Amino acid sequence: MIEVIDLKKNFGDLEVLKGITTTINAGEKVAIIGPSGSGKSTFLRCLNLMEEPTSGSIIFEGVDIAGMNVNINIHRRKMGMVFQHFNLFNNKTVIDNIMLAPVHIKIQELRVKKVKNFFIKIGNLFRKNKKELYKIDTTPARIKQEARENALRLLKRIGLEDKANVYPSTLSGGQKQRIAIIRALAMNPKVMLFDEPTSALDPEMVGEVLDLIKQLASEGMTMVIVTHEMGFAREVATRILFMDEGRIVEENTPENLFSNPQNPRTREFLSKVL
Amino acid sequence: MGSFGKKVAKFWEMFYEHNGYTRVVTGLKNTLIIAVLGLFIGIIIGTVIAVVEVFPKRKRLPRILHGFCTFYVGLFRGTPIVVQLLVAYYVVLPLLGMNWPALNVCVLVFGLNSGAYVSEIMRSGILSVDPGQMEAGRALGLSYSVTMMKIVVPQAVKNILPTLGNELIALVKETSVVSFVGAADLYVAFNYIGTNSYEFMVPYLAMALIYVVVVMIIAFLVKIMERSLRKSDRSH
Ligand SMILES: Nc1ncnc2c1ncn2[C@@H]1O[C@H](COP(=O)(O)OP(=O)(O)O)[C@@H](O)[C@H]1O
Ligand SMILES: [Mg+2]
Repeated sequence: MIEVIDLKKNFGDLEVLKGITTTINAGEKVAIIGPSGSGKSTFLRCLNLMEEPTSGSIIFEGVDIAGMNVNINIHRRKMGMVFQHFNLFNNKTVIDNIMLAPVHIKIQELRVKKVKNFFIKIGNLFRKNKKELYKIDTTPARIKQEARENALRLLKRIGLEDKANVYPSTLSGGQKQRIAIIRALAMNPKVMLFDEPTSALDPEMVGEVLDLIKQLASEGMTMVIVTHEMGFAREVATRILFMDEGRIVEENTPENLFSNPQNPRTREFLSKVL
Repeated sequence: MGSFGKKVAKFWEMFYEHNGYTRVVTGLKNTLIIAVLGLFIGIIIGTVIAVVEVFPKRKRLPRILHGFCTFYVGLFRGTPIVVQLLVAYYVVLPLLGMNWPALNVCVLVFGLNSGAYVSEIMRSGILSVDPGQMEAGRALGLSYSVTMMKIVVPQAVKNILPTLGNELIALVKETSVVSFVGAADLYVAFNYIGTNSYEFMVPYLAMALIYVVVVMIIAFLVKIMERSLRKSDRSH
């Protein structure tokens, strides 16, 4: 699903990613672990081009999205991202947070179709073989209604439907992060990217967020998770990448990596965190 | 005190019985039109400039736009507004062959001028918004400009609302120079009353009072607005 080939990233003179090659297959749950500053976040953020790679390729559904001339917005819509600090939109209510992107994007698509149809109609006045129009089977009101129903369904799923009309600042960290997760889900992404989704949470809220991520995992969602929760990684991940100093030093199934680490740096890291 | 009483009586005669107050009302209306519409135009121009200025400047086009904005801001902040009014009214418009009413010229010049100031205010407002807000929008596949306009700018405006209120107050005060191009503001109205009653003390005192009251009302409204906007992030 995502093929990363020799990905490098510099921040000025600082070489943060030094050539990363790996493939993330559909249905996989990949956990990325490693010491702080090893480039885990940068790698994850390169996957949806929140950081622009210095060189290398990221092939997502057959397209090299790291190349020039791709409309990255279209690809990002298929990749959900969850941040350490939630990043809910402060000026929007919970339900508007969830609805904003789907509604905006679908209404924009509808507008584009209408404009195209307009020109096809004009062209057809002069054509013998009439060109077919794009089918328009929805309205902005309907798009909003459907997005609202979908958002409420997702809120119900996490038991927060009563929070639909409040602003994010009134929520606990755990609630914010679970809403950030379903906000990403509302786009029907093919893959979810998590950057330390529980690191900013009070300990008593870590569980509710991890439970939701586990649910998604069991439903078959493809995911890449940067995490310091080793127990969680072991339980959920199908593969673990250990990163150090901008490289993937070792990758393996959780059983093998945790019980039988090959690289001395992996061993040293695990001895500190386990 | 007796002579002051006489002065008040003279003023009142001109103000009330000879319909001086209609001129005052017109003057006040013009002052507010120029200040409010000017600020409105200023916010639009200022927002565009601010967005251009915070846009990443890797490509050529943003750099050119950025250069233009710097020039614009320098121009309008570097010259007195009276000069801008005079140049617009007596130089630019005649050269363009346009014959605008003075009031329209004032609204335009105050808008252009305030755009330069609002851009600085707006820029600091945008920079005060958590970068995570932009990241979240982009990660959902929204474009830079859509995220800017729907998420970042509304939060920036909230942060700078008191400063924008101050800008409106500054504009109200600066309108006192529009008579240079023949627009009828409060000064023109009270000057008329003073000239016709041969007595300037009370008219100018009344003018000062009106300015004070208008400024206080604006400050009060800004405070109310601030409070209602703060509802959306009580715990911050
Ligand atoms: N925007 C940036 N500009 C400059 N340096 C950065 C930036 N983002 C990250 N870095 C640097 O890159 C290195 C890797 O960071 P990061 O990917 O966040 O590591 P990790 O997530 O593994 O802790 C660190 O040394 C960090 O200081
Ligand atoms: Mg990190």
